[in-house]
Amino acid sequence: MFNPKLKLNTKIFSNEVEKVSMRDGFGLGLLEAGGQNKNVVALCADLKESTAMNLFAEKFPNRFIEVGVAEQNLVTVASGMASMGKIPFCASYAIFSPGRNWEQIRTTIAYNNQPVKIIGSHVGVSVGADGGSHQALEDIALMRVLPNMQIFSPCDASEAKKITKQIIEIGSPAYMRLNREKTPVITTEETPFEIGKAQIFWLPEVGLADVGIITTGSLICQALIAAKELETLGVKTKVLNLATIKIIDEDSIIKLAKETRAIVTVEEHQIAGGMGGAVAEVLAQNYPVPIEFIGVKNSFGQSGTASELLKYYEMDKDSIKRAVQKVLKRKI
Amino acid sequence: MAYLSNEKILELEKKANDIRESIVLMLTEAGSGHTAGALGMADIFTLLYFHILNHDPKNPLWTERDRLVLSNGHICPVLYATLAHAGYFPIEELSTLRKFGSRLQGHPHRTYLPFVETSSGPLGSGLSQAIGMALADRIDGSISLTTSNRYIYCLMSDGELDEGNSWEAIMLAGKNKLKNLIAIIDRNSIQIDGNTEDIMPLEPLTDKWRAFNWKVLQVSGHDFKKINEKIEIAKENEDGPTVIIAHTIPGKGVKEFEYDYKWHGKAPNQKEEKMAMKELEEINFTI
Repeated sequence: MFNPKLKLNTKIFSNEVEKVSMRDGFGLGLLEAGGQNKNVVALCADLKESTAMNLFAEKFPNRFIEVGVAEQNLVTVASGMASMGKIPFCASYAIFSPGRNWEQIRTTIAYNNQPVKIIGSHVGVSVGADGGSHQALEDIALMRVLPNMQIFSPCDASEAKKITKQIIEIGSPAYMRLNREKTPVITTEETPFEIGKAQIFWLPEVGLADVGIITTGSLICQALIAAKELETLGVKTKVLNLATIKIIDEDSIIKLAKETRAIVTVEEHQIAGGMGGAVAEVLAQNYPVPIEFIGVKNSFGQSGTASELLKYYEMDKDSIKRAVQKVLKRKI
Repeated sequence: MAYLSNEKILELEKKANDIRESIVLMLTEAGSGHTAGALGMADIFTLLYFHILNHDPKNPLWTERDRLVLSNGHICPVLYATLAHAGYFPIEELSTLRKFGSRLQGHPHRTYLPFVETSSGPLGSGLSQAIGMALADRIDGSISLTTSNRYIYCLMSDGELDEGNSWEAIMLAGKNKLKNLIAIIDRNSIQIDGNTEDIMPLEPLTDKWRAFNWKVLQVSGHDFKKINEKIEIAKENEDGPTVIIAHTIPGKGVKEFEYDYKWHGKAPNQKEEKMAMKELEEINFTI
């Protein structure tokens, strides 16, 4: 059942579930953050509307910088602004930022420890029709290896908005990844959010769970549907939403592993270097249990619809159910 | 105008020579590092830190200070030596360059020396950061002539103009007419593998910057009076950013090092140190 404490949107199993773009959540969050803190500035590389930065740009034109199609410049200019006390948000597609400009992010933002917030949109194969060139599947890996960098991956638009408003308060670099497509609304305005704290979204009505499913990003919908269907088969699960990938919530992960002794991780990213790898690093050192990884297996994406691609790359609810059954058999 | 008297010029020449001696000593002690660019830029660093910049070594993080971004971080021995001679830290500390536990990292690190405005080393991103600083000042309204005279200086190399990031930055500063931004290029015409015009020709360099809407000035990088004049002209430019292409002699001050690209990325050995120090001491007597 849904965790009653979190005031989640219980309509997500219905076909009428409302869908909103995470980018819109970010855009609204940035607008509010800009109103609350005059040091918030925004930089964009010719993708203002596509990253929903236009809301901020229209309200605060003096605090918006358009750099053109130049992602290396995007983040380095932001670093300079941060050194003068600004809190810059840089938005682009994740393939370009942090894809194209990784070294600039490393040296001028992470190494300098400047509180620049990097927003990478269009992650995962669910980008769809644009094809593999535009589907970022490596961004978590790129950012995970940078000291000082914190990483956020919201599950829906509302969470993206909350993260945007909260990360202006952390005096360190941050990266937030966003989906392109509209995704189901899972959390509500009343759902609490705290940086660095993972949340159990789904749990058995009674007793302990057999398997822990740890998800990040919009695939939590697939995981929740899988959890509900597994329940009818007598398999009890807990679904943990890991919106903060770094600094990772070790306590919640270890607690879930101790209860279930079997973990499935779910993310729209390469399995190599992704959130599942981060979870595995925590568990291998603290409480080793069998883990199955849902994610992209060493390949690039391609054109198609989001649902076709999630199925083809085995990240849909049926693939999650199979992974749960598999990890159950591996349980010691 | 920041007037430069003949007496002050002599004082600056002596200071620059002292800084060159420190550069030779610290590089030899370190056993590695970049000699040619550091010696070549000693005059410009001296002029900036002992005459031009609004800064306070006793209060290094003074918020109103001018900002100086060193984009080509590999010439940091000249930055460190100048900062030490200006009173930011003891001159003795220079001998720790590139050693374990030192604040004087092989390439500058902002959090080790917080009054170094940015970490650098990887080329081509210093100008972008200087632009970010200039934009931040403009947002704050502090570049209107009535509120502040703060300028953002970016010192960069000619070789790093090979980097695409440099041109992204040059285009943006021109677009935004950043009159509070002054770039100074160390035009020593060498890079690691050879002469710039052989590796990747930059000429016609002035035309390139002009085409990107910058005011372009040229000067000898060893003539204090003329460099000072050019910086004053740059400050008076109300139309946008200014770049000063400073023609320098790589390895300046030590005849055996001058103009030779092989000195771009290596440090003197003890024998070379002795020879270099003798030459620099002789120059000192003639000033």
